[in-house]
Amino acid sequence: MADRTVKLSIFRGDPGGGDMVTYEVPTQEGMVVLDAVLWVQSHRAPDLAVRWNCKAAKCGSCSAEIDGFPRLMCKSPIDEYGDEISVRPMHTFPLIRDLVTDVSWNYEVNKRIQPFTPSEADLADPQPWRMQQEDVDRVIEFRKCIECFLCQDVCHVLRSHGQKDAFFGPRFMIRIASLEMHPKDAADRRPLLRGEAGVGMCNITKCCTEVCPEHIHITDNGIIPMKERMADLYFDPLRFVAGKLMRGRE
Amino acid sequence: MSVAQAARPPRPAGLQNPYSRLPDWFYPANVVFWLGLFSLYGILVTFFDFTPAHFGPYLSPFDSPEVAGRVLPPALWVVWVPFGFRLTCYYYRKAYFRGFLWHPRSCAATEPARGTYWGETRFWIFNNLHRFAMYVTVVQLAILWLDMVNSFWYRGHIHFGLGTALMLVNVVCLSAYTFGCHAFRHLVGGNRDCLSCYRLQYRLWKGVTVLNVNHTIWAWVSMFTVWATDLYIRLLSHGLIPHGLWS
Ligand code: SF4
Ligand code: SF4
Ligand code: FES
Repeated sequence: MADRTVKLSIFRGDPGGGDMVTYEVPTQEGMVVLDAVLWVQSHRAPDLAVRWNCKAAKCGSCSAEIDGFPRLMCKSPIDEYGDEISVRPMHTFPLIRDLVTDVSWNYEVNKRIQPFTPSEADLADPQPWRMQQEDVDRVIEFRKCIECFLCQDVCHVLRSHGQKDAFFGPRFMIRIASLEMHPKDAADRRPLLRGEAGVGMCNITKCCTEVCPEHIHITDNGIIPMKERMADLYFDPLRFVAGKLMRGRE
Repeated sequence: MSVAQAARPPRPAGLQNPYSRLPDWFYPANVVFWLGLFSLYGILVTFFDFTPAHFGPYLSPFDSPEVAGRVLPPALWVVWVPFGFRLTCYYYRKAYFRGFLWHPRSCAATEPARGTYWGETRFWIFNNLHRFAMYVTVVQLAILWLDMVNSFWYRGHIHFGLGTALMLVNVVCLSAYTFGCHAFRHLVGGNRDCLSCYRLQYRLWKGVTVLNVNHTIWAWVSMFTVWATDLYIRLLSHGLIPHGLWS
């Protein structure tokens, strides 16, 4: 499939309006969609706005929608597509220009999550903390997140229903999970989960997991365990009674 | 709709998920077809078949445990357990929210405009009670294991027939499905912050994770094994297929 010419349609515009503009791009073996977009920028449209940094699927900057599907441009080989490829900006976030969107809402959401909070005893402990491999293994998966926000883009709660006021989105569900499952963290974020983080808005349809370029099991390992922990506190009368009895005995 | 979104051109019609070789209608269409067909079958059996699917040493999972009396169809006493378990199952939630409710039909596809979306915070809030359905299902599963063991013994002799094989495969698949449950995974160890502090729970959690990774597969496979087992025993009990082994 090497060395063919593809018709690359790129969204050009700003919040006032815009349209798809098609460019013919010569391709080479091993080329990714970001290469093609950058070829357009350097040969045809120097004013084309596109955000990227690493070209190694690690900085999370080049998120876009290729043929309508959220993906990192730098991780999308041209050979996986036909002779006509469309590239659009992420749908869920406000457009700035061309392929660049304003993802700052995500950083605001992040500030509303209580950060890592060790217990008083652990804070007073002068020894270096030891963490066992088993405990590291479980939470390290969430640390792989590169904050590309593709999961936020595809999540239908944010994307189709626009409910940014009701749900923090999958990226922040796994951030909460990484803190909640941390053996040295003493905070309880279950009220946050049920309340403003809105874990109940997620209906486990798993699109976030489908698009995550880091292959994080966002739903199975993050959101579902968080729903279960929330259920411990709010939906489990048996646990509630057992807890009361235990405390009564003490 | 914000100005920024209004500026976007319409979405492409033929959306292709690059992570999947299948067209995007394939999954929801299959869910609707197979889950719909099985549900119809379940409704027929539960509400309209007054004959217990019990034949020789075989007893259908729809009718076990057997409840005395013929006032109501025998399955009516039983099916609320697996129905409740599968309805609130984290896998089936994906299946029906995508297949039947189109929330969303497939990833990044446009959703039909309807009223406000509430996720699992209002009507569907009962999905948070999945663990209770799991507890009852474990009890019923124990009974199905007993049925399976009993099916090896008929009229004072060791017996093995197609029904025995089906019942055996069925309990194995049902167990793989039940013990891969997300609520079970949480219960055995997932609820701990310090897994390494509880060695037994850590091992259990690891074991359940092996099944949990394939929960989707076990959810479908066990649905079909239940279906096949019931169908075979039900047809036998109605005298609709020959058996030849005993009269
Ligand atoms: S599984 Fe939940 S968080 Fe993930 S995309 Fe679907 S609704 Fe959003
Ligand atoms: S969880 Fe995955 S898809 Fe979501 S922001 Fe992190 S890396 Fe991107
Ligand atoms: S350029 Fe860094 S993730 Fe694509």
